[in-house]
Amino acid sequence: MSDFIVLFLAVLLALLVKPLVEKRAEAFAAAVTGITFVQRNGVMLSAYLILAVLGWAVFMIILPQLYMVDFSFRHNLPFDQVGGPNDTHTFDNYRYLLFGREGDEEMFNWLHLKVFFKTILASACVTLFDLAICYPIAYYMAQVARGGKARLLVLCLIIPFWVNEILRAFAFRILFGTSGVINSVLMGLGFTDQGVDFLRADVGLYAGLTYAYILLMIFPLYNAIESLDHNQVEAARDLGSPWWRIHFRVVMPHAKPGIASGCTMVFMLSAGALAAPQILGGPSSLWFTQVIYQWFFTGLNWPQGSAYAFVLLATCIVFVMTIMRVFNVRFGEIAK
Amino acid sequence: MSADVELDHVTIRFGDFTAVDDANLRIEDGEFFSFLGPSGCGKTTILRAVSGFMDPTEGEVRIGGRNMRGIGPNRRPTALIFQNLALFPLMTVADNIAFGLEVRGVSKFERRKRADELLALIALSDQADKLVTALSGGQRQRVAIARALAVEPDVLLLDEPLSALDLKLRQHMRTELRTIQQRVGITFIYITHDQGEALTMSDRIAVMSQGIIQQVGNGSEIYNNPATAFVASFVGENNPFHGHVSKADDQHAVMDTKFGPLRGRNSQGLRAGDRAILFVRPESLSLTNGAAGDGNVIESPVVNEEFEGHFVKIYLAGEGPKPIGLSVTNDGADSIPNVGDTIRVAFDPERANMLPMGELADE
Repeated sequence: MSDFIVLFLAVLLALLVKPLVEKRAEAFAAAVTGITFVQRNGVMLSAYLILAVLGWAVFMIILPQLYMVDFSFRHNLPFDQVGGPNDTHTFDNYRYLLFGREGDEEMFNWLHLKVFFKTILASACVTLFDLAICYPIAYYMAQVARGGKARLLVLCLIIPFWVNEILRAFAFRILFGTSGVINSVLMGLGFTDQGVDFLRADVGLYAGLTYAYILLMIFPLYNAIESLDHNQVEAARDLGSPWWRIHFRVVMPHAKPGIASGCTMVFMLSAGALAAPQILGGPSSLWFTQVIYQWFFTGLNWPQGSAYAFVLLATCIVFVMTIMRVFNVRFGEIAK
Repeated sequence: MSADVELDHVTIRFGDFTAVDDANLRIEDGEFFSFLGPSGCGKTTILRAVSGFMDPTEGEVRIGGRNMRGIGPNRRPTALIFQNLALFPLMTVADNIAFGLEVRGVSKFERRKRADELLALIALSDQADKLVTALSGGQRQRVAIARALAVEPDVLLLDEPLSALDLKLRQHMRTELRTIQQRVGITFIYITHDQGEALTMSDRIAVMSQGIIQQVGNGSEIYNNPATAFVASFVGENNPFHGHVSKADDQHAVMDTKFGPLRGRNSQGLRAGDRAILFVRPESLSLTNGAAGDGNVIESPVVNEEFEGHFVKIYLAGEGPKPIGLSVTNDGADSIPNVGDTIRVAFDPERANMLPMGELADE
């Protein structure tokens, strides 16, 4: 593995140093200052910008991920065998998610596959909940509320997120627990004698995840809806449109990039969430990230863990791309 | 159904601010009616009260005799053309035009048929499947009109729809709007701050200032017989002379000014001693040989001249910092005075209006 990095860095270094070594320093300098980017920003600033971006991209993103990709194709070997003759590449880790261990009774590894599909499906549901909850709020903030009121709303949305994730998750346990706030109220009002086990029914989990990513949905929606000329809403109304059709025909088509952007973020992050499922998940429910976590820390099987993580990542990307294709959203639009 | 639009003691307030103050008028079925006034005079507010985006604070808006209070814009027999048109940029031209029919549940086939008819009316048949963003300003204008006409309104409301166009197109669209109105025969209510638009297109005009309807009348009434100082100074050019009325009868009044006594028509019942303004239009002033001190002769030095081609605009020193303007037809004679000359000009008292002291329009 390490030889891989050494090779990569050596090539990079060679490319940079080569002209100097070849005693063409002048030609190199002329070539550098000839670039428009360098002319505009000056040599020092351009050097800093290029190095910073390259450093960030290479060291923070590409290299660690390549490391993990490589990991996912290796055997889980004891430390003393790493780099030895047994340290070869293999598809076993990926095969295991699909088919389980050889000689298992079942043909497929249903235990993990079920968790996997449930995670994808549940994340899609969380995304839809968030969209349904956030769209009216975002519309209100962007098109209805005036000045001070909109700012107050934004503050009311942001400040609760100063509370850290762990605290919020445990607070949700208290809210949804069998003897929690909601059950006390329900019992006090006489709707039920025994507390409803919201946590076992995963209500706590869904509520926790939905709440956790509300801001990531609201802000892209707000940005998109805010840029809509309010006259268009009034024009649609003047032409006789009922309110729901104004949203489906005028506001939502306009806000589509924002909807796509918000949904993508919420979906990706819920599928990859760990703390909320850990704390709020019912005893029998498992999030796929928890399985991954178990491979890394309980099973101490990093190759298996990274293989699972990459399958999750790839599936999420494919899922998002498919949905975007279905709703005819171009990839560039979500960056708007 | 008749579609008279009546404003009955309509007052609209925003907090302490009165945007429209006790407006009363009746717009006849099939009339091209304009509200003319500077920005902030309340004309757009009246339009929103007629279209249904707001209800008056007091009074009634009636369309076809029916009180419209509480009836939303989607349920009124009106269609509004917005100042920025507010076409739907993500829809094609045909879909834009058919939107009002789509929300009424008209079948796709019918919608397309109707859209094609309207596209023929506005001469854009070959653009049906383009996005509206691909059209020019004038074409978009016509699409907006077609979209509003598609719902077959009894009253079409237009909120300064020509203001975004360039001068030439604007003049062309004036004629076109008037033609369309005559062809479809429905009531048009037109909002504008451009007196040229109001005068050329309208059957009648309401001139507004500070929430008050100053005068309602056709173009020549508004121009020749202004009822208030505001109307006189807002519509067309006018030279004001301030003073006190010295003599007055039912027909005429005389006021003392720096230039001696000046006589004009007394349409508003001024009496001796009242403070008044006498308005004389530049085209009503002409060079004269009469002596200063005779009735309606003004003697003053020329301070500036503008050669316009078929006429020359001459400015004389006025009673205040603002000069008196007059236009002299360029008939080839060498009678046009030079800057610095002191000259005498006279005017016919029948073409001068003496009106009660009041607010003037800002130039």
